[in-house]
Amino acid sequence: MFLFIKKIFYFYYEGFKGMTVGKKLWLIILIKLFIMFVILKIFFFPNFLKTKFNNDKDRSNYVIEQLTR
Amino acid sequence: MTEQFDYSLVDWSRAQFALTAMYHWLFVPLTLGLGFIVAFMETIYLKTKNPEWKRITKFWMTLFGINFAIGVATGIILEFEFGTNWSNYSWFVGDIFGAPLAIEGIMAFFLESTFIAVMFFGWNKVSPKFHLVSTWLVAFGANLSALWILVANGWMQFPAGMHFNPETARNEMLNFWEVLFSPVAINKFLHTITSGYVLASVFVVGVSAWFLIKKRNEQFAVKSMIVAGVFGLLSSLFLAFSGDTSARLVAQKQPMKFAAFEGLYNGSHGAPLMAFGVIPGEKDSTSQNYLSDIKIKIEIPNVLSYMAYLDPNAFVPGINDLVDGNKEQGIMSATEKMDRGKLARKALREFKDAKKNGDTILYNQLKAKFAEPAFQENYFKYFGYGFLNDPKDLIPNVPISFYSFHIMVLFGFYFIIMFALVLRFIYKGSLFRKRKFLYLLLFSIPLAYIASQSGWVVAEVGRQPWVIQDYLPTVAAVSQIDASAVQITFWLFFAVFTALLIAEIKIMTKQIKIGPTEGGN
Repeated sequence: MFLFIKKIFYFYYEGFKGMTVGKKLWLIILIKLFIMFVILKIFFFPNFLKTKFNNDKDRSNYVIEQLTR
Repeated sequence: MTEQFDYSLVDWSRAQFALTAMYHWLFVPLTLGLGFIVAFMETIYLKTKNPEWKRITKFWMTLFGINFAIGVATGIILEFEFGTNWSNYSWFVGDIFGAPLAIEGIMAFFLESTFIAVMFFGWNKVSPKFHLVSTWLVAFGANLSALWILVANGWMQFPAGMHFNPETARNEMLNFWEVLFSPVAINKFLHTITSGYVLASVFVVGVSAWFLIKKRNEQFAVKSMIVAGVFGLLSSLFLAFSGDTSARLVAQKQPMKFAAFEGLYNGSHGAPLMAFGVIPGEKDSTSQNYLSDIKIKIEIPNVLSYMAYLDPNAFVPGINDLVDGNKEQGIMSATEKMDRGKLARKALREFKDAKKNGDTILYNQLKAKFAEPAFQENYFKYFGYGFLNDPKDLIPNVPISFYSFHIMVLFGFYFIIMFALVLRFIYKGSLFRKRKFLYLLLFSIPLAYIASQSGWVVAEVGRQPWVIQDYLPTVAAVSQIDASAVQITFWLFFAVFTALLIAEIKIMTKQIKIGPTEGGN
């Protein structure tokens, strides 16, 4: 089992080490994920119903209110 | 209703969603198609053991990797927007939308993320057969991911297999298979992924043409063109076939969208297909109709009727028939639908009040009413119409729908001819001499993107005012948040996505200029 995990680890390790254009791409991926999940999601995209209400019952009532007003 | 760009919350939310979806769709179709093209190339390498095919495979695989890396996770932003900007919609559809999206996440993670590592790092480390299987699995994985989101989109165009629960204000899935195998969902999936295959084939043919123009790596370019040419020709023929099926489904399930993208204001028997037309700039205020018919046009008689109902003399309703109703053809007027929708909304309001006031008798009566098939069929089916104030609100933006549909179809047929000519010239050995044609191939790359984007514009603008056909209009789907917050994130996304697009073009162009080498991870 340990040998298998070690093999997988080295597979990825050597793969990343040997990358040429891939290094730049990984940098872009990491920056992009940081912007999306840390900046955008936390500061700009809170889940409207989850942050406004504590339970599904209140969320249902709110949406019914919206649909019938 | 919401077609003019103003500063309202609905319009900004729509604009933001459209921006994100369109940028996301710049990356996705190339991944869908290039994955298979690379898999075909590697299969040829494994069969022939010719190292030239390994070089070819590795070159296109590198471009696939660049596109994949830059495009990956751009779709997640759409899910953020569901929760923030479209909370009413998200809640209303939650159970239906949740299942396909969850499966998509699992599929994407396990298939693509696992095997893409083998695909890029596994050369000379795993057996050639295992490597080839991984390449194929990445291609299938990408397409399977697309299946689930397109099933969800198909459900929005043609809701099926669900039941509305008035207690929770949510639709609940009654039959997963009905959602998955809805004819609209299946056709949408096939048509959309095939459009990705065509785009990727145009890309490969266009980039290969550049090598021929530069008189570089000519054997590599021709071999690439043969694979992409065959794949592109077969895909574009199937695309025309699935497009035809799609048009028939739209005519049946979303007749207003069909009338809009055909520019058909007044319905008729033996309706003609409009090959070319110019939408009038101003509405005809003297006419009793809401909109006048198109004046400048080239029509092919009876073809639209045949396309929609496989009968050259069938009646195809126009925009005015769908708004005013047509008793002779059994088409209910928009006003009648709006009245029924208002009654359905009233029933939901009374149900809510009865629950709040503890009126058990009325509560139970109304609960039973919502469960009645007759109420569902005659009233709740028109629930969304109850939000509309004017029958004209049902008309989508006709010029945008019309032109984007015709651009999509025009380029679709152009690509069939283009691939056929590429293969013919290669077979005759004359491709190298046809410099102008090579330039045409190169400049066809952006046309594939325009056609692909136009397809989505037809699908999404054409179905307005609905976010869920007949059940929920866009105006009722938005969250009550500050419009300025949506404006800020709109420009933020614009900046982020534009930066990603520039990065993609720069890295891709640099890699293409380097050309095929043995390396290229």
